[in-house]
This record gives sequence, structure tokens and C-alpha cells, in this order.
Amino acid sequence: MFRRPDFLWVYAVIFIAFLYGPVLLMPIFSVNDGNFATFPLKGFTLRHYSSMAANTSMMLALQNSLKIAILVAVLSTTLAIPAALAITRFRLPGAGPIVSFMMLPLVIPSIVMGVALLVIILKFLGIQLSLWTVASGHILICLPYCMSVLMSRLEGFDPSLEEASRDLGCNAWQTFVRVTLPLAMPGVISSLLMGFIISFDEFVIAFFLTGTENTLPVYLYSQLRFPNKLPGTLALGSLILLVSAVFVVLAEIIRKRGVQSGNPGDL
Amino acid sequence: MTTSSAIERAGARRDPAILRKRLAGYGLLSPALVLMILMLALPVLALVLMSFWTQNGFELDRSFTLDNYRQLVATSDEPTYWMGIPFPFAYPVPAILMLKSLGMSLAATVAVIAVAYPMAYFMAFRVTHNKALWIILITIPFWTSYLLRVFSWKIVLGFNGAINSGLKYLGLIDEPLEFLLYNPTAVVITLSHAWVAFAILPIYVSLEKIDRTLLEAASDLGDSRLKRFFRITLPLSAPGTIAASLLVFIPTVGDYVTPALVGGPGGTMIGSLVQDLFLKQNNAPMGAAVSIVMMLIIAFLVGLFLWAIGYRKLRSRRA
Repeated sequence: MFRRPDFLWVYAVIFIAFLYGPVLLMPIFSVNDGNFATFPLKGFTLRHYSSMAANTSMMLALQNSLKIAILVAVLSTTLAIPAALAITRFRLPGAGPIVSFMMLPLVIPSIVMGVALLVIILKFLGIQLSLWTVASGHILICLPYCMSVLMSRLEGFDPSLEEASRDLGCNAWQTFVRVTLPLAMPGVISSLLMGFIISFDEFVIAFFLTGTENTLPVYLYSQLRFPNKLPGTLALGSLILLVSAVFVVLAEIIRKRGVQSGNPGDL
Repeated sequence: MTTSSAIERAGARRDPAILRKRLAGYGLLSPALVLMILMLALPVLALVLMSFWTQNGFELDRSFTLDNYRQLVATSDEPTYWMGIPFPFAYPVPAILMLKSLGMSLAATVAVIAVAYPMAYFMAFRVTHNKALWIILITIPFWTSYLLRVFSWKIVLGFNGAINSGLKYLGLIDEPLEFLLYNPTAVVITLSHAWVAFAILPIYVSLEKIDRTLLEAASDLGDSRLKRFFRITLPLSAPGTIAASLLVFIPTVGDYVTPALVGGPGGTMIGSLVQDLFLKQNNAPMGAAVSIVMMLIIAFLVGLFLWAIGYRKLRSRRA
């Protein structure tokens, strides 16, 4: 790989170090036997991790986040599948502006979406804030991601396979279940994983829309102010980073394999 | 519009099979679209409506008034100075924070593009094996918790942080450097780091799409590598680079997590004010007005920028 060592290679290595360096300090200090995130390191310990299980408010927040993330992943993928099909398989007039509109949450500052949802929920609809309101806000920001993953997957395989299925006597639903869905599976799985991880990590909208119950990022934010809670926060942060990284790698591998493999049905 | 597509359209209007198919298509699209309208368009409308109301203590006055906007632009004879710039407003905080946020986001965007472009170039032109691995390596940080990525800079730059304790341990300093954290520079550094992964992919995609024979042709016709870069690579990758800069600039103007964690009192941004108006000062109508004005200013600046560089021409040239 280093056949042509040049400035760009050096730059790439430095860049990756810059990208990962600050974040990797978190796991390093989380196993450090001290109460501050300072050098020199004092010794290895897992006590910050073992004390997490006894922290009931943290465990409750974790449960809430898991529930919301699973619900959001499933619902936004379920909504995104037919929508992505409509965009890629039907030549709809106005599809361009519609897709642009649906991608808007990618560029609107999340604080604006947060306060806009807060206003309509509290002042117009009079609904109490709860985990449900957080989940609905998360579906809004996950949909564009799920849509783009599914659209690129659906564009990636030959529509003549679906035509063949219809010619052989399947109706639209049978074609979808027997041909389209299996072929789109890598996209569906990666959409589920992405929806999960976006919701699981999301802070700003959850911060505005949550009622009395915390999600994990909201709990984490409330802990960041207290220096004496730092080691526990670092341990929790490291675990969240690990979970996110594993999910992203899985999602990417499944998606890439689906796109690259010669056999379009391969997972 | 060409004649053939006009005929096609006229035919589609009459052909019941195509009409049915379109109807089915809209049917499939509608659940997601209706949800987006209910959860994005309507809330934004509600926010606009709210900005015309006023808050009197605990009472929300729902009569239509421009008071909030009037308050934002009300002038005062004694201007407030920030960085030597006079702000002739009676309530100068929003205007100052807006200008400051735009400046900080612009600085972060320029830094992000400067750092991301060579990396995207490297991935598009230098990496021959394991391209997917590099892409995953770039993607992971972008998907991991924004909150944690920002917080990690607090650990790096903090009073008792990694840099200070490391330098102290090495005997290079006696007292912790206080200027590292809680200032606008810390916010700009943190924003750049948090968003840089976001910018690489669009630039990479536009570089990857460049027809390699164009580069060969330029070399064959006598261009040096540097000249070739400025005449072919840079112009052809401009749409991706512009998209990347907007993807970074627009959301960072309204960010408030970063100023809250590493900004300190001097590093606050317009998002901090919106959050404060809604959650602490209990003045949602004013918060709504500030958010709306912020969105309008961002939209205006982005439109102006795209017009100034001739984005339409740029895109159509590629097509």
C-alpha cells in the first residue's frame, strides 16, 4: 500500500489521528484509576464500569433510549420503504421537489426543528411531553437518512427482475415480497441500523421534547456539568461510542456488500 | 421543454394505465410525505404564528402583533459596541449573537473545507485498495454521538484537561493554560472537528466522478500537475465542495451544544439565545421570532452565495 509514499499519505494519517484522537481519550481515561481526566495515567481499573450497573437513573435512561431507538428505526424504515419505491420505480411528476422537501431535516439546524415541534406540541395541540414526543421528533430526522439508503439500494439493482416477476404472474404485492424486498434487504437492514443509531445518539431534539423521563444523551448532558461525575460519564460515553461504532460498521458492511456483489440477492 | 416530452406528457394525461400507475406511486409516497408535512411544515408554520404572539409573564397573548420583530430592530441612540462594531439597537443581543454565529460558522466551514478537501482528494486519487475501509473509517466518527465528540474537546482543552496536564507532566508549563477552553476559538475548533467527517463524502463523490481521461488529456497537452489541478480537478469538484460547505455552514449557525459545552460566557451563539428564550426566560414568542429571523438570514445568505458563484451554471455544465 505504501508504494508511493507522498505528502498526501502523511496528511491522511495525521487527519485520521486528528479525527479519532480526541474521542479516543474518552475510553483511555475511563479505565484510568483516577477521578480526573489528566495525564499521567495512574493505573488500570474497571471500577467506573462496574459502578454503572448500580446507577438506576442511568439504567432507566438507557432503557428509554433503547425503546425509542428500536421504535424509531422500525417506523422510519417502514415509512421509507414505500416512499423510496415510489421515487425510484414510478416516474412521478414533482418527485424532485418532493425529495428535496423530505431531505430538509438534513440541513435545518436541529434547534429550529426542536423548538418548532415544542411549540406545536405544547401550545397548539396541548399534548404533554413524553418519550412519545421524543420518538416522533426522531422519526422526522431519521426519515431522510433511511430514504437515501433505501433509494440508493433500489436504484442499485435491475428493475427487469421485478418486471420478470410480474410477467410470470405475480401481482404487485407478491412481486414486492418475493423479489423487491429480498433484493433490497441490505438497504433495509442498514436503514434499520442507521435509524437506531441516529435516534440513540440524538440529543438536541430529545432535550427539547422530553418530559420528566430522560433519554441516555439527555442524562449524559445533565452529568457533564458535575466534575465529580466525570469518571462515570467517561465510562458511559465510551460504551455509547463502542455501540455506535459497531452499528455503523455493520450497516456499512451490509450496505457495501449488497451494492458490490455480483449476485444482487446476496446479503 | 422538448417537443417529444410534451407529447409524452399529453399522452400520459390521457392514458389511464399511466395515470393509475402514478396514483399508485403517490399512494406509496403519501404516508412518509404526510408525516413530513405534519411534523416539519406544520410545526414551522406554528413557529411563524407563535412569533406574532407575545408573552406577558405567564400569560401567552395570542393577539397578532409585530412587537417581537419590532423589538429586534428597535434602534437606540447609544449603540452597543462589540468588537468595535456599533450596534444601534435597544436590544442588541440577538443582532450581536447572529453576526458572531455567522462569523464563527464561516470560520469553521472554511477550516472544514481546507482540512477535508485534501483528505477527499487522497481517497479519490491515491487510495487504490480497500477504498471501502477508508470510507468506513471516515464515516464512523460522523455517526457517533455529536454530544460526545464535542465533550471530548472539553477533555482535551480543559483546565485539568489532556493538553494542560500533559504539558505540566512534561515540565513545559507550571500553570494550566486558561486560554484553551471557553472562548470562540475553542468553539470553532470543536465545530470543525465535529463536522469535518460530514464534508468529506460529498467532496469525495464529486472527485471520484471526474473522468480520468480529462486529466490525462490535460497532461498530454502540456499542463503541469498543479495547473491541471486548478484547471480541471478543482472546477469539476466545485459542486461537491459547495454542497459540503453548505451542509456544514447551515446547521452550525444554529448549534448550541458546542457553545454550551466549550464556549463559556464568551463563546455563546444565536442557538444559545434561542434555547435560553424558550427554556429559561419563558419567552417562547421572542424565541420563535429569533429562530425565524435566523432561518431567513441563513436562507438569504445561502441564496446570495449560490447566485454569486453561479451555482446553476456550474451544475448544468456538468450535466
